Amino acid sequence: MELRSKTPSGPLVEKWSKHRFEMKLVNPANKRKYTVIVVGSGLAGGAAAASLSELGYNVKCFCFQDSPRRAHSIAAQGGINAAKNYQNDGDSIYRLFYDTIKGGDFRSREANVYRLAEVSVNIIDQCVAQGVPFAREYGGLLANRSFGGAQVSRTFYARGQTGQQLLLGCYQALEKEVSRGGVTMYPRTEMLDVVVVNGRARGIVTRDMVSGAIETHLADAVILGTGGYGNVFYLSTNAKGSNVTAIWRAYKRGAAFANPCFTQIHPTCIPVSGEHQSKLTLMSESLRNDGRVWVPKRKEDCAKRPRDIPEQDRDYYLERKYPSFGNLSPRDIASRAAKEVCDEGRGVGPGGRGVYLDFGDAIKRLGRDKIAERYGNLFEMYERITDENPYEVPMRIYPAVHYTMGGLWVDYNLMSTVPGLHVIGEANFSDHGANRLGASALMQGLADGYFVVPLTIGDYFGSNKLEQVAADNPAVRATEDEVRARTERLLSINGSRTVTSIHRELGRILWEYCGMARDAAGLEKALRLIPQLREEFWRDVRVPGTGAELNQSLEHAGRVADFLELAELMCIDALHREESCGGHFRTEHQTADGEALRHDDRFAYVAAWEYGGDAKPPILHKEPLAFENVALSQRSYK
Amino acid sequence: MNITLHVWRQSGPDAPGTMVKYDAKDVSPDMSFLEMLDVVNEGLVERGEIPIAFDHDCREGICGSCGVMINGIAHGPMPGTATCQLHMRSFEDGAEVHVEPWRSRAFPVIKDLVVNRGAFDRIIAAGGFITAPTGGARDANTIPVPKDMADDAMDAAACIGCGACVAACPNGSASLFTAAKISHLGLLPQGQPERIRRALRMVAQMDDEGFGHCSLYGECQEACPKEISIDVIARMNRDFVVASMHAKEERVLGGTG
Repeated sequence: MELRSKTPSGPLVEKWSKHRFEMKLVNPANKRKYTVIVVGSGLAGGAAAASLSELGYNVKCFCFQDSPRRAHSIAAQGGINAAKNYQNDGDSIYRLFYDTIKGGDFRSREANVYRLAEVSVNIIDQCVAQGVPFAREYGGLLANRSFGGAQVSRTFYARGQTGQQLLLGCYQALEKEVSRGGVTMYPRTEMLDVVVVNGRARGIVTRDMVSGAIETHLADAVILGTGGYGNVFYLSTNAKGSNVTAIWRAYKRGAAFANPCFTQIHPTCIPVSGEHQSKLTLMSESLRNDGRVWVPKRKEDCAKRPRDIPEQDRDYYLERKYPSFGNLSPRDIASRAAKEVCDEGRGVGPGGRGVYLDFGDAIKRLGRDKIAERYGNLFEMYERITDENPYEVPMRIYPAVHYTMGGLWVDYNLMSTVPGLHVIGEANFSDHGANRLGASALMQGLADGYFVVPLTIGDYFGSNKLEQVAADNPAVRATEDEVRARTERLLSINGSRTVTSIHRELGRILWEYCGMARDAAGLEKALRLIPQLREEFWRDVRVPGTGAELNQSLEHAGRVADFLELAELMCIDALHREESCGGHFRTEHQTADGEALRHDDRFAYVAAWEYGGDAKPPILHKEPLAFENVALSQRSYK
Repeated sequence: MNITLHVWRQSGPDAPGTMVKYDAKDVSPDMSFLEMLDVVNEGLVERGEIPIAFDHDCREGICGSCGVMINGIAHGPMPGTATCQLHMRSFEDGAEVHVEPWRSRAFPVIKDLVVNRGAFDRIIAAGGFITAPTGGARDANTIPVPKDMADDAMDAAACIGCGACVAACPNGSASLFTAAKISHLGLLPQGQPERIRRALRMVAQMDDEGFGHCSLYGECQEACPKEISIDVIARMNRDFVVASMHAKEERVLGGTG
């Protein structure tokens, strides 16, 4: 396997426009001869499917939800970054690029990140044209707010429902194309494998989740926009259905998996309340604009009511440790700081795993109405879950798994190491390095879907002659047979353990040993425990019902089977990366004051893992990261 | 706390259904309603029975996947709350709780509590969009939108497409859903060029799908987890009446969909 990033030559600021000119085009009459499969209907997949159809391609779009409008992008709350500089506060494309590279702790590809910053301005224009109801000032112009890791206000938002509104814009464009006949939509349909014929991705195998029918869909190219794999931890802020299966199957068919251990732990989530907990709920990072994070200075005060702890006995630890960014420090840093104070025994709430996010000062300064206008829906959500009123008592928050920066390796054209297989949005590894900044996921999903992959797909078709693939091609038949056999095997084990109990156990192992802080001994232990659990799963899991009906246990079992393999790769990657960077914190590698210590001389590369075969170790390939425009430096938010 | 559940079980679209009784024991008041069902399902699997099928995904009240009738009320007793955000502290210890799927001819049952809401996608496909193909959009700040208008549009756009409005309506009308989208787009300057055809086509599609008519009972706004006001229905009716006067023109323009 060879990793060729295909980054265009020339100055950074000209790379994308140069590349757009150099890419091959497909003339409008010929576009309709091509069929493109898009798996996933979130911001990346939905935007790509709609845009490709508008260009004239035949698009088949798949999602496991009952409607494309329900993809997990919908849950994003806070906002979307764009280098519009509407606030005249010194923002620019270059500054957004720089903040994103630095926020990612210098583990992403310069050219990709610059392109992301460049097209960010087009995204806002596109969304407004579609009718996305962004927040406005009284003059009718767009409003902005600040987000972590930046000192400018460049985040556009629609109350606390930005992801929903962007996704609905995208979904409406998609439905417009469905009614025009350009897109065929396949809801409640799960991709279970990718069909590779003569080295190229030529289709997918799916299961109809209502009838249970296993079918093959052939195409000229396949795009995966299937999101992240945070649910490998069982408890995360992801939707319950979010899973790794699509990209994991692609990995096992030859697509390299990049930086699998780069996981984002979000600092502001509602703490776990008990064993029954099925998921964790995020409280938007935007709350840190006005909320102040603190814990008591003394352990003895932790059980007191927060309002009874006087100002001088509170430790506003983010403001103390990072005076220039304060409560808006990047996510990885804020999360680790919360863990640290809780490890010291100064955490609050049940089990001592929580810190306060306090709006008392903001309400005094701005009034309750202003705070309600900014965060009303988030406050209500918090109260519904915890039965506590955040206008009166400070919120309690704790970090939780939220996003995965790792994903399938892609080149500058967003194509994986399997020709014809493109990967967009959270499913790829490309733009966020070792830590994603807030409000950048929506930006990347839409950048990939609206503005990058519709063009690079044309270049792929224009540069390659694709043969006809018949439905009875042996490679097609073999893939479909493997999917059938796997489904039957899951149903036939009939053991004693539920899928959920094994998933929960896997989550505990990963959170303990491959979570916010990692070390060699713990990772080695996880690498012993995970294969044992996987063996137990295949020996003793119980999946009731049949394959020929709606069977949610079967769906879950298939996803957990893949998580059980992915978890091992994550630990292997975390163990091999003998440095700390961004969200990957190896306790053996830290500065004197406890910050992440990178080793650029040895690890300034993307770790892309190639599937080595059943029961064989994965093979590591390195894509060196060249920094020609920014100087590698120790990140400082002090 | 202990809860007695009566749950609608139906093995497939054409199978007969029935209410089945389950005991949910040692329920924590901090559990969400769906987490309580998770625990019941774990017990069913352990006993070798088929778990209760229900739609759910984000469990944060925003994806619109979940939704069941709880004691005859869409999404249960707490106002402005989707089923996933309803917590067991809303119930008394020892309560009897009846759980059924959405009731509507236009939402056929697939299995147990899972229904087919594809009709909503088809209503949007009929015209619930602004035609603005990717690329070429002008600078966002060249389209000023007065703040109050943007806020009204956002109130309508908050719809999560869960279907509670239909389930709660004695007529099984999808007017709140359809009107929310017509209002969201019709309030914005960008939505004006297609305002007439949008109203005509979406309303026609709503009728074709077999939803009932609106007679302003107002049950929909009571059930809506996003508390969307029936004011949007007044806006839809106004747009529809105006559009009907342009209907002849629409037929001439039609045929591209």
